[in-house]
Amino acid sequence: MSSRALLLRSWRATRSSPRAVTPLLTGSARRWGSSISQRPGSDRVLFPGAVNSKFTTEMSFLKGSDLPAIPTYRVIDSDGELVDKSRGPPDVSDEEVLTWYKNMLTVSIMDVVMFEAQRQGRLSFYMVSAGEEGIAVGSAAALTPDDVVFAQYREAAVFQQRGFTLKNFMGQLFANCNDTGKGRNMPVHYGQNYPRMHTISSPLATQIPQAAGAAYALKMQDLQDPNRERRIVACYFGEGAASEGDFHAALNIAATRSCPVVFICRNNGFAISTPTLEQYRGDGIASRGVGYGIDTIRVDGNDVFAVNEAMKEARRRALSDGGRPVLIEAMSYRVSHHSTSDDSFAYRARVEVEDWKRRDNPIIRLRKWLENKGLWNEDLEQETRDSMRKAVLKEFSEAEREKKPPLREAFTDVYEELTEEAKAQMKELKRILETYPDEYDLRPYKDGAKGLD
Amino acid sequence: MSLPRSSRSLIPRVSRRCYSSAPSPRAKLNLPIDYKSTPLLHHTPSSLSSVPDFPAAATSKRLNLFQAINSALRTALSTSDKVMLFGEDVAFGGVFRCSMDLQTEFGSERVFNTPLTEQGIAGFAIGAAAEGMKPVAEIQFADYVFPAFDQIVNEAAKFRYREGGTGINVGGLVVRMPCGAVGHGALYHSQSPEALFAHVPGVRVVMPRSPAQAKGLLLSSIFEHNDPVIFMEPKILYRAAVEHVPNEYYTIPLSKAEVIKPGKDLTIISYGQPLYLCSSAISAIEKTMKGVSIELIDLRTIYPWDRQTVIDSVRKTGRAVVVHESMINYGVGAEVAATLQEGAFLRLEAPVKRVAGWSTHTGLSYEQFILPDVARIYDAIKQTLEY
Repeated sequence: MSSRALLLRSWRATRSSPRAVTPLLTGSARRWGSSISQRPGSDRVLFPGAVNSKFTTEMSFLKGSDLPAIPTYRVIDSDGELVDKSRGPPDVSDEEVLTWYKNMLTVSIMDVVMFEAQRQGRLSFYMVSAGEEGIAVGSAAALTPDDVVFAQYREAAVFQQRGFTLKNFMGQLFANCNDTGKGRNMPVHYGQNYPRMHTISSPLATQIPQAAGAAYALKMQDLQDPNRERRIVACYFGEGAASEGDFHAALNIAATRSCPVVFICRNNGFAISTPTLEQYRGDGIASRGVGYGIDTIRVDGNDVFAVNEAMKEARRRALSDGGRPVLIEAMSYRVSHHSTSDDSFAYRARVEVEDWKRRDNPIIRLRKWLENKGLWNEDLEQETRDSMRKAVLKEFSEAEREKKPPLREAFTDVYEELTEEAKAQMKELKRILETYPDEYDLRPYKDGAKGLD
Repeated sequence: MSLPRSSRSLIPRVSRRCYSSAPSPRAKLNLPIDYKSTPLLHHTPSSLSSVPDFPAAATSKRLNLFQAINSALRTALSTSDKVMLFGEDVAFGGVFRCSMDLQTEFGSERVFNTPLTEQGIAGFAIGAAAEGMKPVAEIQFADYVFPAFDQIVNEAAKFRYREGGTGINVGGLVVRMPCGAVGHGALYHSQSPEALFAHVPGVRVVMPRSPAQAKGLLLSSIFEHNDPVIFMEPKILYRAAVEHVPNEYYTIPLSKAEVIKPGKDLTIISYGQPLYLCSSAISAIEKTMKGVSIELIDLRTIYPWDRQTVIDSVRKTGRAVVVHESMINYGVGAEVAATLQEGAFLRLEAPVKRVAGWSTHTGLSYEQFILPDVARIYDAIKQTLEY
């Protein structure tokens, strides 16, 4: 058969395939509702991929650096003063602001204690969120308990703001019987069923497309049950994670499926050692949101009010017009090392970090605001810090003494039910433990070798 | 970060690490590996010269695994301008220090940070290799290689086959990644996904057991083969394993196993870090069962693997145990056992036994119970000998 004949045959096959036969094509030259055509003499492009682009005879390439940088929204300055005196104060009760402050402080005190505890070898790993507490608390405060959170690993304060207790934190950090993760995850991989915050997963950016899908599920369920309060998904990640393919996939699919999800990028300047200059060349992460057709704002992450107001508005937008994604890029500086496994002075100057610590930080800024309003003072600060430290240390020592979950939890939850193979392996492991009792220290584990039954 | 004095005094110091699986106080088998005395490492320059893989009369230096990788990369970068080195955090030396000082020595055009994207790193490396460079791409942890799985499985592995008559291939491409458990890495800092890659014809999968092996195998991967290589480095050995490593360029052939210790009664086949556990189990069993001698084989290349060396050994000993860290289900042990069943059936005195990770994830608190240890290997040897 000649190639021409082959082509003709395949064309006919396509024509006669059931997929091509639709009512719209069978009559006269009717058009699809969404079809686009070029009108004669039109001054703009009506191609399917760019539906409102004007023709031009001037050849010009767009250059991001020629455009003004996306501005950063702030409400209070680094002295804790309202920047725009013509607007009213933040629409938050004094009581609530004090709660925010205490939540940020709790996490920061826990960070100091746990970082040192890791250095002493009391736990294998820890990550602090110093400098980023404001992003977490300000945004989480705008959520309802029914909203769903997908976080990365530097959002302890989101957990704190949403009711995670010190006992919960310590149970996870020491992987003991009180850990909802059943002793399986590395420290700081918290999780909670309600208010829902999915258990942290170490791989970066995997949670971002999941957040889009989860938001779509909430949207479908809320449409099917019009009496229930509308819910959103809040999804946190860093600017480094935004380089992963999953980030791009997530924003695009969330936009095309109009998902009620708020993406919150914590841009803290570093992905372990890699500075933002080697991470991307555009205007931060915010510029990408615009490219995906997503409402986007950049905020000052050290300003808890700015973050909170942006998040409230983002949440409103996410639920309007049948749902849509929103991107918030919250700017901060990672004053801590990446984790306890990292020594950041190998790649940045100590003085730079000290400068940032001194210059600005969300806790000090809110404290100034509270003091300006007469809601806080040095005595309250000392008293609060002391009682928080005591509370942290009390839960710390209780959690450290608590038993680890039974050994069977090593095998459960891989599948809904233990497989025949897993049962055989548990039996074999038990035989080993009983044959060589001197070789294993089972004291830390609840029920010892019997924990495998 | 400084700690306020009050809390420092409130957390009393403890002497041992309580989070990780400390050895049982009465243990005789499951003791920490003594890397200073293990027979698997070259503790003196003279023991190096007795091995044919290494250059004769070479000068050597004591290096740990990350230093040996660093030395191999430095040698590669100086040997050929085509060699490039990149990945996340590579510029400052890498999170495991394997690329230390290399950007300073060879410039940021050839040694550089990439954005945080494994699929991008792998795809970028494949493209560079297809156009004649020798890219050495670093994935920060084997646990994070999966976004690159598509590029490795569908692209790197199939490149030569797909190109066919054009002759274009991605030889010289090496994707390095730290792998394996350290005792507290949990779900996402412990995995050894070699079996997943070994299932894919077209990529070579290599895992060295020691610093001197690593340098020779890595240089071989970069220069001696025109196939893409997945090079997996057991990260627990980065600092722990120290031995004499030849200073100059040398290669160790890929797809060639090594009989590390000869024996007559049973063959253990393993690779990577568990070889040290096997070695301890062997010395324990040879002490308790007089006259018994066990042969130990390091596969070195997991695929395409040296079937003949393994079959020949088991035809001689009649008994085999396969040991690896990753999950037993559909693992390397299954392939080795099936091959032995075909190639040495009439000589087998006992079923081929596998000691491997159980078919679950590496839950933080349970790592020492999930992964093979000396006691389990000892028990498997004993059972196989007494079958």
